[in-house]
Amino acid sequence: MTTAVITGIGVLAPNGAGTENFWAATLRGESGIGPIRRFDARGYPARLGGEIDGFDPVEHLPRRLLPQTDRMTQLALAASAWALADAGVEPGTYDPGGTGVAMAGAFGGFEYGQRELENLWCSGPERVSVYMSFAWFYAVNTGQLSIRHALRGPAGVVVGDQAGGLDAVAQARRNIRKGARLMLSGGVDSSFCPYGWVARISDGALSTDEDPRTAYLPFDLRARGQVPGEGGAVLVVEEAAAARRRGTQIYGEIAGYAATFDAAVRHGGERGLGRAVEAALADAGVTAREIGVVFADGSGRLADDRAEAETIADVFGPQGVPVTVPKTMTGRMSSGGAPADLAGALLAMRDGLIPPTVNVQTPAPGARLDLVTGVPRPWQPGPALVLARGRGGFNSAMVLRPGAAVPGRTGEAGVTGRAAPTRSGGKPS
Amino acid sequence: MKQMTLSALEQIMHTCAGDDESTDSFQQAPERPFADLGYDSLALLETQSVIRREYGVDLSEQALSEAETPQQLVDLVNRWLSAA
Repeated sequence: MTTAVITGIGVLAPNGAGTENFWAATLRGESGIGPIRRFDARGYPARLGGEIDGFDPVEHLPRRLLPQTDRMTQLALAASAWALADAGVEPGTYDPGGTGVAMAGAFGGFEYGQRELENLWCSGPERVSVYMSFAWFYAVNTGQLSIRHALRGPAGVVVGDQAGGLDAVAQARRNIRKGARLMLSGGVDSSFCPYGWVARISDGALSTDEDPRTAYLPFDLRARGQVPGEGGAVLVVEEAAAARRRGTQIYGEIAGYAATFDAAVRHGGERGLGRAVEAALADAGVTAREIGVVFADGSGRLADDRAEAETIADVFGPQGVPVTVPKTMTGRMSSGGAPADLAGALLAMRDGLIPPTVNVQTPAPGARLDLVTGVPRPWQPGPALVLARGRGGFNSAMVLRPGAAVPGRTGEAGVTGRAAPTRSGGKPS
Repeated sequence: MKQMTLSALEQIMHTCAGDDESTDSFQQAPERPFADLGYDSLALLETQSVIRREYGVDLSEQALSEAETPQQLVDLVNRWLSAA
């Protein structure tokens, strides 16, 4: 089976713009959650969010793209350029037809959409920008990344709320297995505007706590709901042998993945996260005992937290594996949350440090979790499990294996037993 | 009678589609095709809407598609204005 590896990371999160800034802040336990400033949130019951400060799109995008892009697309374009640079991929050094984009989306360009709807109702249809035709759309990040970086092979978008961030990366792996040479994948969301905010409030999941230190406390007895964040991560996914040939770094392998749904309430409402975990481990050929860390979904709602804690304790045993929720420092970034966790897991492997969960002090009774709190914990890097759940019953689980453990990395080029697909015009740099 | 100038059109198109400093100005290249100047069909549609609003000139999509350069579009608008 073709091995798909991650060779580039670009993170843009509330606690850090750029992968190393994000990672350093995360290890320091620095949170980006605070009062919303991007719009006047005083009239809403929930007023905290993880906002990205100081991002000026003019510094990252050609001016021609400004009138046609929502903030989430501007963030995605910046993160994607960082990911490609991190992977050492130069434009023009690869065959555009063998490269593609598989991003997740959860909201779409809501801020852009709200502005144009205001134009429609306040000024008339002729005042609505023609770019509204695509700027609001779920698939727009995939399209703009494809155009910007000339990645003209497979392109798709997955919509599955928070879980979609893992589903998209799994889609990238599928594209690699079908012969693609390189994929950009991940998720970036924002919609920090009244339109996006009321959509979230209607869900009833948001925390109304006004203290950034206690508003989002997954697995804590005091958990009161969720705090949204904006941003996410873009990853460069490549076929392992091809990545090795061009001599680039390999952060890790996408070793296993599975997705399930919760049953509808009228059918008993049975939760599907456990099945997703078991199937992802089986897909990776990894036992529960070999998993070195779990990046939990960490809903922040008591019932969801209890279900996830029970699943983890069932699979790994009570206190059986280190568990962490770095999202406590960013808020839940919709489709961007899980890709940022994938980035965190890969960097944890690189540096031998598990990033902490902040603010959680009083684990809920029966949680039986070995939660990494307060400060990073050293570990012997091994396979990592990343979990994500989305509104509507989506469950996804992904297993990553450290780059050092990818077969063939240390002089064992023949181990995978197959040659990479060669593509006309593909020139490894 | 109000007439449109090349620089007025350029200003409109910068507002609609973004200012790209890497391409020539309309004064420098009045007969370069819009495509070469980095404007796609959506940018022209947006421009059509602003021209209708600011000049009262209602260009058809057919007429718009036949104006391939800044000079041709300015001439088209001014012919319309003269005839009105």
